[in-house]
Amino acid sequence: MTVNDILTILDANCIAGKDGLDKEVLTACGSDMMSDVLAFAHTQCVLLTGLCNPQVIRTAEMMDIVAIIFVRGKTPDDTMKAMADEQGLPLLVTPHRMFSSCGKLYEKGLTGGLVDG
Amino acid sequence: MAEVMELNYTVSNEDFTRAGEASSDVKKKLKQLGVSPEAIRKVAIALYEGEINMIIHAYGGQIKVTISEEMITLVLADRGPGIADIEKAMQAGYSTAPDKVRSLGFGAGMGLPNMKKNSDTMDIKTELGVGTTVTMTINL
Ligand SMILES: Nc1ncnc2c1ncn2[C@@H]1O[C@H](COP(=O)(O)OP(=O)(O)OP(=O)(O)O)[C@@H](O)[C@H]1O
Ligand SMILES: [Mg+2]
Repeated sequence: MTVNDILTILDANCIAGKDGLDKEVLTACGSDMMSDVLAFAHTQCVLLTGLCNPQVIRTAEMMDIVAIIFVRGKTPDDTMKAMADEQGLPLLVTPHRMFSSCGKLYEKGLTGGLVDG
Repeated sequence: MAEVMELNYTVSNEDFTRAGEASSDVKKKLKQLGVSPEAIRKVAIALYEGEINMIIHAYGGQIKVTISEEMITLVLADRGPGIADIEKAMQAGYSTAPDKVRSLGFGAGMGLPNMKKNSDTMDIKTELGVGTTVTMTINL
């Protein structure tokens, strides 16, 4: 699955970081706690979140996250968009809620990856 | 990369939106130096967790990163309140972070265990009312 496929599956808009739309996605992680993302996210993962602040972009940068999906129509501000553009990190905005968004992706074959530790 | 290289940062606690800038810069520099992706990932996670901690639990501080042939050493020093019980602080889920920090996406009590997991050695020196220094090494 690519970030572009996710765009279609989640009826989403890409509002920044369009350079990264062709990247391959292997797993997904849904959380509003960046602490959890830092502890559990796998490689080539997309992040689904309802949190909308610059720390979400930083966390994604640190974890090499492939794209961020903001659920429930949360819209990142210009600072966040500029950070994402610089990294080629796609920011997707979906009208769907967290549970539905995760469900739709899971249904299409995307999983959370193995639990380690 | 024969010579030892040193990077220094001052971390301020005034603007939370800038939290992580030091870690971000270190990550970029390690990439330029051709350090392996596995080591970069470990450094990025451990340093970012530490940088956030010195902002949310102390009043900012100093970060020193030393890169040698064999390892990367991360030293994070703050003049914050110190940690009363290190053993407790190291437990996953233990956090004294206020709700305000939690609403920003942090304060799950995962940081210190995650720093330990991503480093080869970790040492915490702390004194109440004086400050905390966390030293981590990541082998190359
Ligand atoms: N530099 C520090 N100065 C003072 N206290 C600290 C410092 N770092 C950690 N602590 C204490 O140790 C506790 C545990 O830290 P840890 O990083 O594991 O969790 P957290 O920062 O509260 O949450 P998270 O890291 O998940 O966002 C903190 O809640 C705090 O009480
Ligand atoms: Mg922490």
